[in-house]
Amino acid sequence: MRKHADVIFEFVSLGALLVALAALAALVFDLVSDGGSRLSWQFLTNIASRNAENAGVYHALMGSIWVIALTGALALPAGVAAAIYLEEYGSRSRTARFIELNISNLAAVPSIIYGLLGLGLFVRLMAMGQSVMAGAATLALLALPVVIMSTREALRTVPNTIREGSYALGATKWQTIWNQVLPMALPGVLTGLILALSRAIGETAPLITIGALTYIPFAPDGIWSKFTVLPIQVFNWVSRPQPEFKANAAAGILVLMVLLLSMNAIAIVVRDRQQRRGRA
Amino acid sequence: MLLLPIRLVSLPQGKPVVSLASVVALVFALAACGGGANSSGASSSGGTTLVTLDGSSTVFPISEAVAEEFQKATAGVNVTVGISGTGGGFQKFCRGEIDIADASRPISASEVAACGKTGIEFIEMPVAYDGIAITVNPKAAWADKITVAELKTLWAPEAQGKVTKWNQIRASWPDREIHLFGAGVDSGTYDYFTEAINGKAKASRGDFTSSEDDNVLVQGISNDELAIGFLPFAYYEENAARLKLVPVDDDKADNGAGAVLPSPETIKIGSYQPLSRPVFIYVSKKAADRPEVQQFVEFYMKNAETLVREVNYVGLGPEIYGMVSDRFAKRHTGSVFSGQNTVGVTIDQLLNKERAQ
Repeated sequence: MRKHADVIFEFVSLGALLVALAALAALVFDLVSDGGSRLSWQFLTNIASRNAENAGVYHALMGSIWVIALTGALALPAGVAAAIYLEEYGSRSRTARFIELNISNLAAVPSIIYGLLGLGLFVRLMAMGQSVMAGAATLALLALPVVIMSTREALRTVPNTIREGSYALGATKWQTIWNQVLPMALPGVLTGLILALSRAIGETAPLITIGALTYIPFAPDGIWSKFTVLPIQVFNWVSRPQPEFKANAAAGILVLMVLLLSMNAIAIVVRDRQQRRGRA
Repeated sequence: MLLLPIRLVSLPQGKPVVSLASVVALVFALAACGGGANSSGASSSGGTTLVTLDGSSTVFPISEAVAEEFQKATAGVNVTVGISGTGGGFQKFCRGEIDIADASRPISASEVAACGKTGIEFIEMPVAYDGIAITVNPKAAWADKITVAELKTLWAPEAQGKVTKWNQIRASWPDREIHLFGAGVDSGTYDYFTEAINGKAKASRGDFTSSEDDNVLVQGISNDELAIGFLPFAYYEENAARLKLVPVDDDKADNGAGAVLPSPETIKIGSYQPLSRPVFIYVSKKAADRPEVQQFVEFYMKNAETLVREVNYVGLGPEIYGMVSDRFAKRHTGSVFSGQNTVGVTIDQLLNKERAQ
C-alpha cells in the first residue's frame, strides 16, 4: 500500500510538471505559428509603421535593452547595499522586522502604482522628462524589493565561520563583507536580479503611465532620450483593427522572449562560473 | 598591511567584486550626467529636430500615419506620438511638454483655463470623422435596422436586468435572449456612444460584455448569434466578413430619412447620425513658430484626406481642410467647440463654424 502511494505521488508530481511545460510549449507553438513567418532581419531593423508588412521592432527592441540595462545598473547596487545593511549591520529589533515586512509588501504593490510614483517623482519633480532614465528609475523601484529579499537570502547562506575566520585574521567588518561574504553570496544575488529584471522587462503599465511613447521613429541615443519598449509596441499592435498586425504582435513577443532568455542565459553563465570559483 | 592576511584567506577572488565595483562606478557616472536632463519636448540631439504629439488613442493611427509619411518626405525631423488619452494629452499640452495634442473630443473649459494659466495658446484643427458602428452576428437576419429610441431602450441605465430579450425592443423580433457587447467604459468610444444615445456621457446599463480591446468585441459578436454591440467603425471595416452592420434611424428627416448604414460617404455627408463625430488636433501657437512644427501641420492638412482613409477613418473633404489650413496660417487661436457637445456635428455645421471664424 505504501509503495502504491509512493508511485502515485511520483506520477502526480510528474503530471504537474508536464502541465506547466505543456502550457509553455503551447504558448511558444502558438506564437511561432502566428508570428514566425514575420520574423526576419527586416523585422528587427525596421521601425514602426501603419503598414503591417513594413513595421518592425528596432526602436522598441533598442528601447527595451537601454531601459533594462539601466534598470539593472540602478537596482543592483541599491538593492545589495540595502540588503547588506539589513542583514549584516541591522539589528533584530522590532524596527528591523517592521522594515522587513514593508519590503515584502512593496514587492506585491501593483506596478501601475510605481508608474504613478515615477511620474510624480522622476518625470515631474526631478525633471527627468519621459526619458530612458525616468523609465529605468521607475522599473528599478519595482525591481528593488525582489533584489533586496533575494540578496538577504543569499547573505544568510554564507556560513558564519567564514565571517568569524575573517575577523580572526584582523579584517574589519567592511573588509569581511566586501572580500568574503559578498563574493560567496553573488550567485544568489544574481538569481534575484534575473527574476526582478525578467518581471521589469515585460512591464507596460508603469511605463505608459510615466509617458513612454507609442510611436517613435528612432532608437534611444542616451539616457535622456525619449523611448518606447517592446511590450508597449506589442500592446499597440494587438489593439489594432487590422488582422495582419496580430502576426506582428506574435513576432514581437517572440523577440521579447529571446531577449529575456538571452539575458537570463548571460546571468546563469556568470553565476555558474562564480559558483565553480567559490568551490575551488 | 592590514589587507595582507585577508588576501590569504579570501576564497573567491577578484572578478565579481570588480564587476560590482564597476557597476557602482557606472551608476555614479550616470548620476553625474544628470545635469543634462531636459524636460521640454522640443529639443533633441544630433542636429535633428523633434515634433512631439500625445493624446487620444482614437486619433493616434491618423497622427502616426502622417508622422510616418512626413518623415519620409522631410529629412532631419523626427516625430513622436504618445497615447495618454485625450485628457492626459491636454494635461501635457497645457504644461508645454508637447507641441500638439491629439483629441477625440473638444478641449474642455477647465483645460482651456489650465492652458490659460501657463500661457499656452492653441489652434484647434478638426482632422477627421470617426463613426461608431452597431453590429450583430451575420446570422441575426431579423436585425434589419434600429432606431435611436430603440437603442436607448436597450442601453439606458434603467434597462439593466430588465431588457433581456430581443422582443422587448421590438415585438416582431424573436423571443430570445439578447447579448450586449460594448467598448470599455474608459474609452472615448463608450463616452461618445452613451452621450449620443442616452444623452449623458458614461450613463448606461452595466450588464454588458465590455472590453478596452475592440478586437475582443469583434470576436464575441461574430461567435454569438444573439449578440448586438457597438464598436468603432474602423474595427467593423476590417472585420466586415464576420459582422453584420445595422443601419441606424435617428427619426429626423433633415439628414436623410429612414435608417442609414454607416459608410465613409454617409459619415462624410452627415446622414449617419448621431453616431459620428469630428476628431481634432490642437497645435500650440508657440510651437507652431518652429519651422518643423509648421511644416508638419501643413503636411498633416495636405495629406489628411488620403491618409485618414487608409487608417479607416473618414476625411473632412478638401474644402474644410483648406479652410482649417488657412486658419492655421493666420494663427487663429481659441476653440469654437470648447465645452460643447460634438455628438452629431455634421460637415455642414463644421463648415459654418469655420466660416464664422
